[in-house]
Amino acid sequence: MVKKTKSLNLNFGPQHPAAHGVLRLILELDGEVVEKADPHIGLLHRGTEKLIEQKTYTQALPYFDRLDYVAPMNQEHAFALAAEKLLKIEVPIRAKYIRVIFCEIGRILSHILNVTTQALDVGALTPSLWGFEERETLMTFYERASGSRLHANYFRTGGVHQDIPLKLVEDIEKFCRSFPKIIDDLEGLLTDNRIFKQRNVEIGIVSKQEALDHSFSGVMLRGSGIPWDLRRSQPYEIYKDLDFKIPVGKNGDCYDRYLCRIEEMRESIKIILQCIDNLPKGPVKSIDGKISPPNRDDLKQSMEALIHHFKLFTEGYRVPSGNVYTAVEAPKGEFGVYLISDGSNKPYRCKIRAPGFSHLQAMDYLIRGHMLADVPAVLGSLDIVFGEVDR
Amino acid sequence: MLKDLNKLEKSINSELASKVQKSLIENQELLIEINEKDLEEVVQFLKSNERFKFRQLIDIAGVDYPEEEKRFQLVYLLLSHENNNRIKISISFETNQVINSITKIFPSANWMEREVFDMYGIKFKNHPDLRRILTDYGFKGHPLRKDFPLTGFNEVRYSEKEKKVIYEPVKLEQNYRNFDFESPWEGTNYLKNIKELEKDGKKN
Repeated sequence: MVKKTKSLNLNFGPQHPAAHGVLRLILELDGEVVEKADPHIGLLHRGTEKLIEQKTYTQALPYFDRLDYVAPMNQEHAFALAAEKLLKIEVPIRAKYIRVIFCEIGRILSHILNVTTQALDVGALTPSLWGFEERETLMTFYERASGSRLHANYFRTGGVHQDIPLKLVEDIEKFCRSFPKIIDDLEGLLTDNRIFKQRNVEIGIVSKQEALDHSFSGVMLRGSGIPWDLRRSQPYEIYKDLDFKIPVGKNGDCYDRYLCRIEEMRESIKIILQCIDNLPKGPVKSIDGKISPPNRDDLKQSMEALIHHFKLFTEGYRVPSGNVYTAVEAPKGEFGVYLISDGSNKPYRCKIRAPGFSHLQAMDYLIRGHMLADVPAVLGSLDIVFGEVDR
Repeated sequence: MLKDLNKLEKSINSELASKVQKSLIENQELLIEINEKDLEEVVQFLKSNERFKFRQLIDIAGVDYPEEEKRFQLVYLLLSHENNNRIKISISFETNQVINSITKIFPSANWMEREVFDMYGIKFKNHPDLRRILTDYGFKGHPLRKDFPLTGFNEVRYSEKEKKVIYEPVKLEQNYRNFDFESPWEGTNYLKNIKELEKDGKKN
């Protein structure tokens, strides 16, 4: 006699602690085995692209902080690079160094959050408590440079908003000296942990071909053994002068992706230290008064500066018409901005390419045939942040 | 890199001679314009050809030009890891044109096409599951079209009386004001090169 079984539909999220935000996942289960997963996204959709079309380039930039709010400055970077490419302006060398320092801080911020919450999802509480303490320190660096912990609005077209104080540089260096010890501690808790390995090894395996077909980028691609990092292959800013390694996984499972992230944090520390050692002096933003605002001091003295200031914060600057795609290696993968300008002071179209969007899309195929308990583990290793998926 | 791009442009033009309507290199990026009917063929060719190897679809971007006869434009961004270069493929078409889906070639096109459908109302033929993706359940209209107002049509709130979330037409205390600060004057030419200025002895 054949026993008829009916599959069970389970609604995972949108208010589930392991959903990493507002993901609604409709799972079709056969017993405990997932047969199909249908992610419903868009619950955090704020119409960023539409809003950007209505704002000047200066006003559009803060929206990028709100995409992947775990590593805000990396997003700003992509937009600033796009506008600079259209404007054909050069960024002063000191600004490039500062940008790289803060991009790498962003990478560490994001990876700490991901590694520790992934551990939390599979049952380890301590790493998140230790990790978040370090994130706090890093966000203080954000605050000391830009004035806010999360929504920095620090990178501007043509450079960064203002110079960083010497004491901050010293403190970042001090942090970089002490942080590898924290990574060791985290690794001590997780890397050889039997439970952590049981939950992650050979879970959510992605082959090389599948990683390409599903538009994966960043750690998702490197975890599967494809050595591709935009910082190395299509270098922007000063990355081509820096010495760093690109960790690559072997098996493409959740555990390899975790290892990649841990190693990337170590490499980021190395990059920051190199930048601090060689940090040059000089201006931090383009000296073109039509693009970057004048100093506060000049504003009191110079009529020209006052006019520039007024024009920049009302009209903004006009960007020559054309279209451009710039991508940066954000912590989560290739974050790109496809910008179309019609020659006015507002972008005609700004398409944001978020890495998480393609990663989450592959959820269905990643989770098929796995157990229900593996859903949070796979989701955790995809490194999803809804700010950027939903835009 | 530009040198490679020139080479790439030339070889693509010679391989796909009849299909490429226009190709140009702008800002160190290669853009080719093709007819929307050739889309599947061109994408398949660029993906599988041993010389080009554009094995990854990065994104699909829709653009709306309401004034033009061919109102919509779709830009497909492809990346080749092996050759380390990118290409943009653009198609332009009229409002009700149905575009062939490329989900068979790139599985990741699935959500990207759903997003384009959601935002612009462009339909794709042979798409396995063409639903809205980013907007609300039961949403009407296509928000990224230029004629869709920024404030939208409906707003939601929790109604204490009905004990549920309800939809109402948007009510604003003050209409949305879009100030046009753009000056009609062209102004001076923008200064571009820092090094030249540094040479002249000017400081920041």
